[in-house]
Amino acid sequence: MSGDLLDRLAEKRVVICAGSGGVGKTTTSAAIAMGLAARGARVCVVTIDPARRLADALGIEQLGSVPHRVDAGRLAGHGITTNGQLWAMMLDPKRTFDELIEGLAPDAATRDEILDNRIYRELSGAVAGSQEFTAVAKLYDLERSGRFDVIVLDTPPSRNALDFLDAPDRLTGFLEGRALRVLLAPSGLAARVVGRGTAVIFSVLGRLTGVDLMSDLKVFFAALSTVLDGFRERATAVKALLADDATTFLIVTSPEREPVAEAIFFRDKLREARMPFGGLVVNRVHPLADEEPDADGEVDGLDAPLARKALRTLAELRALAARDAAAIDRLRRAVGDDDPVIVPHLAGDVHDVDGLVAIHRHLFAVGDERARLLSEAAF
Amino acid sequence: MRDLLSKPLVVVTGKGGVGKSTVAAALGMAAASRGLRTIVAEVSARDDVSRALATDAPAPGTTFVERDLGDGLHHISIDPESALEEYVRDQLPRGVSDLLTSSRMFAYLVAATPGLRELLTVGKVWELAQPDRRTPGAHPYDLVVLDAPATGHGVGVLTAPGTFADAARMGPVARQGGKIHAMLADPERTAIVAVSRAEEMPVNETLTLRDALADDPLRQRLAAVVVNGVLPNRFRGAELRALEAAPPSRAVRAARTEAARARAHRSQLARLRRSVGDVPVRTLPFVFGDAGDLDGAAVARLGEELVR
Repeated sequence: MSGDLLDRLAEKRVVICAGSGGVGKTTTSAAIAMGLAARGARVCVVTIDPARRLADALGIEQLGSVPHRVDAGRLAGHGITTNGQLWAMMLDPKRTFDELIEGLAPDAATRDEILDNRIYRELSGAVAGSQEFTAVAKLYDLERSGRFDVIVLDTPPSRNALDFLDAPDRLTGFLEGRALRVLLAPSGLAARVVGRGTAVIFSVLGRLTGVDLMSDLKVFFAALSTVLDGFRERATAVKALLADDATTFLIVTSPEREPVAEAIFFRDKLREARMPFGGLVVNRVHPLADEEPDADGEVDGLDAPLARKALRTLAELRALAARDAAAIDRLRRAVGDDDPVIVPHLAGDVHDVDGLVAIHRHLFAVGDERARLLSEAAF
Repeated sequence: MRDLLSKPLVVVTGKGGVGKSTVAAALGMAAASRGLRTIVAEVSARDDVSRALATDAPAPGTTFVERDLGDGLHHISIDPESALEEYVRDQLPRGVSDLLTSSRMFAYLVAATPGLRELLTVGKVWELAQPDRRTPGAHPYDLVVLDAPATGHGVGVLTAPGTFADAARMGPVARQGGKIHAMLADPERTAIVAVSRAEEMPVNETLTLRDALADDPLRQRLAAVVVNGVLPNRFRGAELRALEAAPPSRAVRAARTEAARARAHRSQLARLRRSVGDVPVRTLPFVFGDAGDLDGAAVARLGEELVR
């Protein structure tokens, strides 16, 4: 695998940016969406938790469950002509999950029973994988709507990349599980059918947890089980979409140790799950210039104390650059991407339109231009 | 920040990648070097704290063990499954607890119940922090440092007991959840430290964390904010002008880049300080190398810097 990002994204309808938190995943997603929209596509970027200023820059102040069109005028002043359409949406997982329940509940009474349940209200955000499931379910809706040529998904910042890939299975797996069916079964006969051991377990659980909690849980799971068919259907469709040829996963990382380890781990998981891998984006890189600096030439015209400090700073940045180069080498080998897309550590703040434009320039550079931009930023 | 070490429990929170585990390990080392019997607890199976403490990761199958690292410092890696097993064995007669812990259905139900993993995890942390340990033969600690999970700012582990106590209303979970909650919500007994960086997103996240803590059910405050990786203010006015005027050699570009980043750090730091009011904000210097590769002595020095 090699090549420019544009080639990698050709013919793709769904671009999923995955990686650990704090590596510029949201900005990368937004810059990719902006670049594709500039090149004529109708693009929607779905983010979970963008920096306030980035959201402001794109004009999506509101959390919500519907995309907003980004005014092309916001970008025009920064040298970006939007030939297509750019839409952005800041996903509110709780509300979107509520809407999913509303859409799937067989009737108003069941819907209210779930939405008003104490366990659901207080803890639905913590239901295993619900945030991840919500994100992919939304992705599926948007894709099916036919309103967009490309959807770029900025994945939730899971500590564990698996959460995201497994979410559909885990949620339905639980709802279909034997434990749930037993929990939901009426007492008496069912208890005898499933055996005494189970009855004991539930009586012990009741003692341990307090009766109210158990009955709340029971109502919660009972009501949720009515939307099970809808969930299952949705999960199957979502999984098919994730594995589709028109879908691609970009792994976004920085050269720091933890995100690199996470990126490699996630690549393995993609392979296991047979999901399509589109390449690696390494942000915040300090490119390393090949030749050693010539101390005298570097500080021509600076007085001695300042020259010393400048040279020390250069030595430190070169140490960082050497570390980054080693990390990228390791990534190349472990991930199987010979020519990852490298974005240098930018001096300015990247949470505004100018920052987006700067990152976009590196992401969408083609051919020799990529190497040239990197060497300009090299130390 | 020295008074942090006088509380029985210090919870170190923050998103991933800000150096949270390093700070937790550094605080643990500083406490132990002051003669406190200290344990640093981590909850993910990633062994970040082990690495920061410059010790080997626990052998497989021995994670849920209080390991003595010498000189008063201890380490434990807590997983909800082991915490549950221990809790159930403690609460129930042997036969019943065996039945329960060997039941797949029970494991399933526990895994799927929202918030229960957090409750079990923090329940073990609470147990470690008790002067009278429930675990037979276990010695009490003077200080427990928890490296909180990175998800959701780690607020989940702090709020789970209160939420459960409230939902259960009666029975052992309600009673014990209530006790754990009372400790976590008490600033005299639990100090919550946020680890951040002097950048836009981490500062925003720290402020969100502060607001979430102040809210129901916890109504807690941040005891301190530690800002990691702050660049020194190396170049001043006249020097900056000279750098701007000089031809853009690599050294000059390096100096300009660093000056710009240091300036951005200062402005984020100022915003953080303004926003958190009287919460102490401490900074740790940027390490030119990988913070994860710090040796034990370097982490200990960071700890001294924090409690100075």
